[in-house]
Parts: sequence; structure tokens; C-alpha cells
Amino acid sequence: MDRIISMRHSYGEALLDCGIKNKKIVVVVADVSSSVKTDFFEKRFPERFFNVGIAEQCLVNVGAGLSLEGFIPFVNTFAGLLLRSFEQIRTCVGYAETNVKLVGGYAGISDYKDGATHYSICDIAVMRSIPNITVVVPADATETKKLVCEIVKWSGPVYLRISRAETPVIFGDNHKVVVGKGQIIREGDDLTIIAVGVMVGRSLLAANILEQEGVKARVINMPTIKPFDKYLIIETAQKTGAIVTAEEHSVIGGLGSAVSECLSQSYPVPIEFIGIKDLFVETGTSHEYLLDHFGLSVNDIIEAAKKVIKRKGNIK
Amino acid sequence: MNTIILSFDKIEGGSMKHYSKKLIARLNDNANQLRIDALRMIYERGAGHPGGCLSCSEIISALYFHYLKIDPQRPHWEDRDRFILSKGHASAILYAALARRGFFDIKELQTWGHPNSRLQGHPDRLRTPGIEMTTGTLGQGLSIASGIGLAARLLQQKWRIYILMGDGECQSGIVWEGAMMASKYCLSNITAIIDYNDVQLDGFCHEIMPLEPFIKKWQSFNFEVVEIDGHSVKEILQALDVTKEIHDRPSVIIAHTIKGKGVSFMENEAKWHGLAPDDEQYRQAITELKGEKNG
Repeated sequence: MDRIISMRHSYGEALLDCGIKNKKIVVVVADVSSSVKTDFFEKRFPERFFNVGIAEQCLVNVGAGLSLEGFIPFVNTFAGLLLRSFEQIRTCVGYAETNVKLVGGYAGISDYKDGATHYSICDIAVMRSIPNITVVVPADATETKKLVCEIVKWSGPVYLRISRAETPVIFGDNHKVVVGKGQIIREGDDLTIIAVGVMVGRSLLAANILEQEGVKARVINMPTIKPFDKYLIIETAQKTGAIVTAEEHSVIGGLGSAVSECLSQSYPVPIEFIGIKDLFVETGTSHEYLLDHFGLSVNDIIEAAKKVIKRKGNIK
Repeated sequence: MNTIILSFDKIEGGSMKHYSKKLIARLNDNANQLRIDALRMIYERGAGHPGGCLSCSEIISALYFHYLKIDPQRPHWEDRDRFILSKGHASAILYAALARRGFFDIKELQTWGHPNSRLQGHPDRLRTPGIEMTTGTLGQGLSIASGIGLAARLLQQKWRIYILMGDGECQSGIVWEGAMMASKYCLSNITAIIDYNDVQLDGFCHEIMPLEPFIKKWQSFNFEVVEIDGHSVKEILQALDVTKEIHDRPSVIIAHTIKGKGVSFMENEAKWHGLAPDDEQYRQAITELKGEKNG
């Protein structure tokens, strides 16, 4: 994890690469092209690029219209602003099952300079509650590239959540990602840390430190939050008996909730949630600073791991 | 910008295409039949939106029984014209038109809103043959049409996109976002028709949230504006002809209509926006409609 690469840059490159191969890909954006890096595509394929201005509802519906005629629209704005078009996403994308790829950039609290108006801490909760919508969250630049290619092939609506952050590269070029599947990226049997997005790298760091203290943590990367890989989660609950979820999202409605919903009906085990507590995060000096000061630090994961193992012991 | 407003008088004269009295009489008959069908559906189901179905009967008749390039045997025929009912709550009259044109059996209209029916309360593109896009929440049509219009241009296709909007939905910001989009990309393949009956759920549009000056609004968004009597089949057809000949911008036909048209006690009454008639009201309504047809 030595290399640091911007996820949005990786997204922009992947979109261009896919656009070269697949002429059905079109890009719609709401005045944030240079920020979310769709400008790479725009420069190469201006005829397949449409800027709707600051009009997020129109953004989504234009995508829906293009998809009705067989195009594969990538619809882009900041994740926090995409929710302005919740109703269009529900009706014209989810219910109408149009093949629209919704891309929320600057997700989580990665737009640290702008603050709470531009953070997106409810998007996973909202998107996964809409039937038919697949929700994917890449963990690093490599996975971002792979996921863009995967969702082009995936038939149906998708929400792709992209961070603004420059994040450590976790995966090599041979990394495989399958929509709908989680993956064990570190073995251990004392507990499982299930993570998405930028919290995957932090979870691996936490697992390394825990190991030095004699705790063996399994780490699962969960790039698809919906459809949810229930088999993997139940298997890991059975094997490790304790879980910590880690996400750059509200603790209400996101990955932690998805894990809880799954296990409470099948194999209940103690769970601790790492995420943004039910509050609006302030502006910061860096993304890392905010993560460290709002409950998403490596140490927070370690503490949660120790706590959940203790709870597991109490149950026994 | 030399936008021409075609008043009723201007449309009558000039070089407008001639439509035979026979065709117009047939389309009026079709409109009346659609009114009867829609009212019957709403009565039998005990739910629906009669007012806004009755106001757009001639528009739906002109489109589905003459103007639209469609093939009931091939609902997904690539070269068809696309039609979106942006005012999706008027689904009953659209279902009636689709059935009368043969997209599905007329008997299926009786299943409207029942469990497992292909005919949902509001149009659902995945269930019903001939429904281009799922609608029902207001304001969506024009921005979706813009996406389709861009697609048609990319595909170098000549077919057109028609949408029927309500006047009340023009109170939504999304309508004007869609208008800006259609204008920016000069989507002359779009004709929007507005069923301007001036009545919405809570009362008169001009009291709830006035739309006037409506023509000026559309002109200022760089639309070609045609203003007609929305109950005149001839004016509807001629206005559609006008918009087909516009090649540099999208068009809107502002069709003045009467909500509840054809049933005396429903006309201009907001309470008939979303109310089903009882037995006596239904009998009277049908008597009036049948009488009107014969008279």
C-alpha cells in the first residue's frame, strides 16, 4: 500500500478506456466534469458527452432517456448532490429499470474543504433501499478501474460511489472483482472486519497491528453492497463469531446495517460499527484528518475489534 | 428569434395541410369512444382521474388514430415515433387508445389496477405493450424526452418524440430543466403538447400557482410555440404538422382544453381530478357522451 493514487482520476481513465471499446457508452454530467474527471471522455468523445448544467433531476432523466434507446449512460455529479434527484432515481431508474449508471463522486467526507453541504453520508442507505439498484463502492484506484468495466457489462441500474481522495493502492493489476461478491483479503479467525471504500485500506492496517497484539482478524472487502453477498457474510459469522463493519458513511443504513439485516435473520453474532455517528461532519484540513477525528481511525477499528471479541467471549 | 405564435385564425388559413372532414369526423368519434372507455374503466375500478382524461381525448385520438408512426404488432419497432404520457395519471385514456389500436385485447382494460394486471395505476413500461416510459410522478416527460432526442440524433434516426404534459406539472422545476436541455441541444425532434385545462388537484392552476404568461415562458426557453384549441382535431393535426417543420429547436403546442370535457358536471371542476363517478353519475356521464356523439 505504498502507492497513492486518486480514485477519481482512475475512474476518469477507466471511463475513457471503456468508451473507446464500447460506442454505446455516453456520459452525462451536471457541471462537475473537471472535478469528477469525466473530462478525459469529454475531450475524446465530445459527441457522446452531455453537460446538463446544475440540474441534477434533469441529469438523471436525460440518462434514463438515453438508456431507453440502448445507450449505456454514465451519469455524474457529486454523491451528495445526486440525492437532489432521489425521486427521478426511484421512478425513472429504479422502478423503470433503465440501464443507467449513476456515479456519485466526492463521496463520503472526501470533499473535506467544502464541508457538510458536499459530504455524502446517506447515499448508500438511500440507494440500497431502492429496488433494482445495484450499489458498488471501490476500495482503491485499481478496483475503481475494474468496477467501471464490470458495470458496463452489468445489465441494469447501478450506483457507483467514488471518493475524491487520493488513497493507497491495495490491489495489483491481477485483482478480480465480481459484482455481487465480497472477498476475503486477509485471513484470521478471531473476528472479521468487513469494510468498503477507503476503509478497506485502514482495516488492513488495523489487522496488521492487531496481529502484533495476538489478535487474528479476517478482513473482507465488500465492493458490492447490493446485491449483498449473504453467503460470505454468514460463513464469516460462523467462522469468526464477531464482526466489525467499517465504512465512510453514516452508521445508519449503510454497510453495517446490511450486515446486521443479514445476520440477525440467520446467524446473529456481536457486531461493532465503524462509521460516521449520526451527525454532520465539519470542514477539515484533510480527508485523513477528518477520518481520524470522526471515529474512522485505524485505532478506532482496533478498539472496536477488541470490544467485539470481548462481547463474543461474554456470549460464550 | 422569430418564434411564430399560431393563433386559431392563422392555423385556419395559409398553407396548412388540408385534412378531410371524414378524417376529422372519425377522429372525433374515436375521441368520444376513448372518453367512454376511460370513464367506464374509472367507474368499474372505482378509481382514476376522469378530468384529465376527458380534457386530452382529442389529443390522444389524433395521435394514436392518425399521427403517430406506430405498429401495434411490433411495439418495439425501431422506427416508431416515441410517445410519453408525462401526465401519467391520465393512464386510463392511454390504455384505452392502446387497446383500441390493438396493442392488447380490449377486454384487458377490465383488469386495470387489479392484482397481476399488466395495466398498473400509472403507466409502466416494463408491463404494458406500447408504453414507452414509466410515468406518474409529474414533470418527468420533457427531460426524459431530451435524453431520447439526443439518442435519436446519435443514431441518426428520423423518428420523433411526442410528449403530453399537464399544465399543473409545469409548476415543477424539472420541467424547465428539461426545457433548457432540449433547447441547448436544439432538439427539434421533440414536440411537447400541454393539456392546458387550468385545473389541478387543489383547484384552478391560475390560483394554485399561476403559469401565465405561459407562451412567453416557453418562448423565452427558445421553444417554437403553437397555441391551439385542444378539442379541435383539425388544429391538433395542423399544429403537429407545424412542429414537424421546425428544424432548429424543440416545439411546444399549448392546447387549451376543458378539464372534464364532455360531461357537464365534471367540466372545470377540480373535484373530478381524481374521483370515480358513482352509479348515477356514471349513467348520466355516458348518456351525455353518447348523446353528444349522435347530436
